[in-house]
Amino acid sequence: MNKIWLIIKREYLVRVRKRSFIIMTILGPLLMAGIIILPTYLAMQGHDERTIALYEENTFFSSKLEDTDNLHFVKIPFEEVNIIKEDFSASPYYALLDIKDAENFTLYSNQQVSLSVQSEIEGKLSDIIQRQKLELAGIDLQILEGVTTQIEVETIIIGEEGETTGNAEVSFGIGFMCGILIYMFIFMYGTMVMRGVIEEKTSRIVEVIISSVKPFQLMMGKILGVALVGLTQFLLWIILTLILSAFAEVLFFDTLTISTESIAVGKEQSLILSSLSTSLAGINILQLLFSFVFYFLGGYLLYSALFAAVGSAVDAEADTQQFILPITIPLIISFILMQPVMDNPDGVLAYWLSLIPFTSPIIMMVRLPFGVSNAELILSMALLVAGFLATTYLAAKIYRTGILMYGKKASYKELWKWLTYRG
Amino acid sequence: MSESILIAKDIVKQYGDYLALDYVNLEIPRGSIFGLLGPNGAGKTTLMRIINQIIAPDYGTLIFDGKPLKRADISQIGYLPEERGLYKKMKVGEQTLYLAKLKGMPHNEALEKLKFWFKKFDILHWWNKKVEELSKGMAQKIQFVVTVIHEPKLLIFDEPFSGFDPINVAIIRDEILELKKGGTTIIFSTHRMESVEEICDNIALINNGKTILEGAIEKIKNDFRSNIFSVKINTENLTLPEQFQIISNTDNNYQIQISENATSNQLLNALIEKCEIISFQEKIPTMEDIFIKAVKDE
Repeated sequence: MNKIWLIIKREYLVRVRKRSFIIMTILGPLLMAGIIILPTYLAMQGHDERTIALYEENTFFSSKLEDTDNLHFVKIPFEEVNIIKEDFSASPYYALLDIKDAENFTLYSNQQVSLSVQSEIEGKLSDIIQRQKLELAGIDLQILEGVTTQIEVETIIIGEEGETTGNAEVSFGIGFMCGILIYMFIFMYGTMVMRGVIEEKTSRIVEVIISSVKPFQLMMGKILGVALVGLTQFLLWIILTLILSAFAEVLFFDTLTISTESIAVGKEQSLILSSLSTSLAGINILQLLFSFVFYFLGGYLLYSALFAAVGSAVDAEADTQQFILPITIPLIISFILMQPVMDNPDGVLAYWLSLIPFTSPIIMMVRLPFGVSNAELILSMALLVAGFLATTYLAAKIYRTGILMYGKKASYKELWKWLTYRG
Repeated sequence: MSESILIAKDIVKQYGDYLALDYVNLEIPRGSIFGLLGPNGAGKTTLMRIINQIIAPDYGTLIFDGKPLKRADISQIGYLPEERGLYKKMKVGEQTLYLAKLKGMPHNEALEKLKFWFKKFDILHWWNKKVEELSKGMAQKIQFVVTVIHEPKLLIFDEPFSGFDPINVAIIRDEILELKKGGTTIIFSTHRMESVEEICDNIALINNGKTILEGAIEKIKNDFRSNIFSVKINTENLTLPEQFQIISNTDNNYQIQISENATSNQLLNALIEKCEIISFQEKIPTMEDIFIKAVKDE
């Protein structure tokens, strides 16, 4: 036991001291923050005011087309149309809207018109036509406007702890985040274990070490050491993110609130934000956090043992492809199926995928914010523990033979033979 | 205290259809240098791995220091594998300390012993260097230190001289001899027969997973005596009684085979009568001759 601690300590310290670890630890939250902040920031900016030249023989549309925040319509005479078409870049307009009749609209420009401009104009024109048709049918527009209603359904989850307010969007977001993080972590740290095994094999130190410790101790020491690296990184990310978001709040808070009010999307966002605290109450944060750490560790242990076995079977990282594929397939499948599972978090697909140990770390985390019964959660966790014990047992058998095979390209047949060798 | 540090009884190891060791028996006398010889693929490395408990035998027992070999004995064994290396990115001092502690040494003792060996080899200034900054010869010295640092009762060297330059070979050889003086038993496997003759007391020759020759080196050499004598004389037309058969003659250098009932003195007497003897020497087989002959005869 003392020796496995020595190995864990070495594996941990070597990696934590690496420059790449420090860089990743700092860049991680920055990238995350960037992913969240940048689109919001860009959405707030980037609404250039555009002037659209408008030509129409009569005034049916032009009299009804109203300017918006970013679109400004200017009616031009027919003579000007040809001048603009001849040398568009010299004209002050972004585009030229040519209306022939109620069915033929053409938008001219010297560049590809932006999708938002095109759809906005299309929306406005069809709106005008619709109103015209309604009026012709003798429907009073004022009555029509009075009929428009917007309702919001409050979702309440009747759970074991009583009634709680639910919010599918928040659950969706949290589930998605957790799933992605687990997927990323398993991949990152799994390959880290594999690289470590390959390094020991190619540097030929492995036989020196296993004359002091059992191959299983070396493998587990490495796996656990890297797990601690992962947890450290995760913890640092949380701390750094908290610090960063505190900074961001101070720096952006005022501008955020002001500008979000100005755009419609922003309103919706602030609505979500205000209801976030009540919605979060519907999600058992403690359970979520515990489950996240559990499924991260469980999934990582299950896969990293397999990654270690792959590392032991090859001489160089370039040879790992053929063995990596079958390991990554269940991971990628879980990743792809995250969306369907979220659409129907209590469906058959979601149920089974969250029980199978190869997919449960990702899928269960995706389902969890939508509420999963305790019995199901415990069963899934127990299966995951059984799963990683099984893969570790098998991987250890391949590992202890593989690490002593030099300069031999292993095949699946060979791996199967290694599994059958006795101690 | 038992006389043999290690006794291997009927060791069998099979990999799938391949029989690596086929009832191998060995006895390694305490305090000796034991040469484990054999062609490539004979099973030497498998046997050494079994002694180091890296792999387990399918059948057979190992007696270490009078008792069945157990897991705790690994702290009494030092092993320098043929495929050896170090973590390239790790500093020399930190790494040797780690490896010494893995052998079960307490931190302070490991540090003290390491400093002793580093001073002895005059490599103390490498302590904070990364292994990748060292030359191959330098790394080999470190590997040697790591192997012997915990002062085991039994040292196992698999091809210790492969890749060493002559200066380092001499240094390591002298260290091995000194360790022997200190009472350590040393097993070492090699293809270099001249080093076997130089330092080994006993040998075992393994071929196709079987021990085909085992014993004290002097005795084995005696057993392989061919009773051929090299004689240089000043006569060209030599004739001898029939118990002495002339095998070859080049420039008056004769190779003479003595039949089993004759002695070298009788040959001398027969020669003295006929010519002047310039030199007279028994042709003793080298370990290399014995190795080749034993493997071929098998």
